[in-house]
Amino acid sequence: MQNRKAAANAIVYTLLVVFAIITLIPFAHMLAGALKTKFDYAATLFLPEGDGFLGIGWDRITLDNFRRLFGELKIGRAMLNSLFLASVHAILTVLFCSMGGYALAKLRFKGREFVTTLVLTALIIPGPLLLAPGFKLLYQLGLLNTYTGLLLPGLTPAFGVFLFRQAMLNGVPGELIEAARIDGAGEARIFFELVLPLVRPMMGAFLMISFMGTWNNFISPQIILQSPDLHPLSVALNNLKGLYGTDYALIMAGTIVSISPVMCIFLLLQREFIAGLTGGAVKG
Amino acid sequence: MKRLNLAPWLFLTPFLFLFSLFTVWPLINSMFLSMQQTYGPGRTEWVGLHNFKFLLTDPLFWKATANTVKFAAGSLFIQLPVALGLALLLNRPALKGRAYFRLIFFAPSLVGMPFVAMLFAPIFARHTGLLNKTLNYFISGWPIDFAWTQNYVMSALIIAALWMSAGFNMVYFLAALQNVSRDLIEAAEIDGAGAWHKFWHITLPEILPIAGFVTLLSVIGSFQLFELSYIMLNDSAGPDNRGLTIVMYLYQTGFEAGDLGYASSIGWVLALMLITIALIQRRILKRHEEH
Repeated sequence: MQNRKAAANAIVYTLLVVFAIITLIPFAHMLAGALKTKFDYAATLFLPEGDGFLGIGWDRITLDNFRRLFGELKIGRAMLNSLFLASVHAILTVLFCSMGGYALAKLRFKGREFVTTLVLTALIIPGPLLLAPGFKLLYQLGLLNTYTGLLLPGLTPAFGVFLFRQAMLNGVPGELIEAARIDGAGEARIFFELVLPLVRPMMGAFLMISFMGTWNNFISPQIILQSPDLHPLSVALNNLKGLYGTDYALIMAGTIVSISPVMCIFLLLQREFIAGLTGGAVKG
Repeated sequence: MKRLNLAPWLFLTPFLFLFSLFTVWPLINSMFLSMQQTYGPGRTEWVGLHNFKFLLTDPLFWKATANTVKFAAGSLFIQLPVALGLALLLNRPALKGRAYFRLIFFAPSLVGMPFVAMLFAPIFARHTGLLNKTLNYFISGWPIDFAWTQNYVMSALIIAALWMSAGFNMVYFLAALQNVSRDLIEAAEIDGAGAWHKFWHITLPEILPIAGFVTLLSVIGSFQLFELSYIMLNDSAGPDNRGLTIVMYLYQTGFEAGDLGYASSIGWVLALMLITIALIQRRILKRHEEH
């Protein structure tokens, strides 16, 4: 029995380690590729071969790809654009969705059922359906090729309002709000100083989700933004890929530049993020 | 004394305003648009139901649908079982390093779809690509110039999506598994149930609600595939449209050819497909709950 258990454990760990390695290989391949010249890229799979430590040509490792990206190819501009768009979008989305969710979860008013049904119905509308009519509307409003046109339509996803409503239904006691009201606190003060701190994990998770959503969005900026100066990383890098598509080492460096900010933020917010991601699903 | 309660409406103003302007209005507008032929956003011509009639016999649309269904089948029958398998491995009691494994498996889902496409394009490359070189090393006679992104586009996309999403879905499965009551499992163990029996008769029914939810999200997401294919194939549908998906066809007609009308009808057919899938999924889950 003991032996069987040990054998089973060995199999489980082996499988996990193998899968972990398979998962990490594309990252390693990208990292190694970004540090090579175009010519070394074609010659070796990972780091360039040579007579240095571990049989690796350490002297052939180069940061040239990054230098080119931030120098002549001006990827820094696109990175700032992405940072700006994703931050503004994340902060405003969390604010607006938490406001809406709060009203639906904790305030009594005529029409609450109607708005709640509206939010639930909106959950099933697939995004691509709105691409063509949304584009036409932005054209009519004169908002094509502007950040306003790119950001405004996505600031109040029904999905976000719904998530905050669910979090506040359980996480914010009604008596607490009543007590604050009797003490003479205004509605805005109750919301910002009492309610929001109670749903902080949800705010953290949704901040992350929204930030990532905008950072990784491609189709909207591709359709809406024409000026290269306005392009976020996703579109800018894809255009570089069109121009220097066979220079894989360069594209890999660009990919690293593009994914590392999200990775860093995730490592900071990790615990809240995974809790918020699965919390709603498991409780429901 | 009853004063008008304005506060709820003030809190809802941003949502109601933006939702009406950027969701409700375009939704209504897209019904009219789907009955027009447009030449860019400015010029338009009324064609009635012609778009839908044309769509039913449009070989490109059916090609896109077939490709999209292939991709969705890949995520349903390959990616979800892998995700569940990883979750089962991680759910073993007294497993050491669970948090680290979970972090590693989850990491790819932080890489956005466009960047996964850029990361995998070189991996699938014909002579220099990591995948062909590896397969050639392990399998004798594997062609080093195997044309993943020319002839086997959908398989390539399924592989890239497997890498990207398995860990994401694993997190959901793992959360569900950790909610399965240990008492039930231990009771079954005392009764001498084998591993397969325990999984099939206790674990699976317990995680079914979340499994159903993950499956639905996964299939709906697969049906909206665009970036992975478009970017990996250098802003195209690939040779012989082998990488064309429904959303890519919508994009091409609406924003490359400039016919927002036909793009809208494609959008409506896609929406219809997704709603049908959601209804079927609900039926299946309900039937299981009754048993």
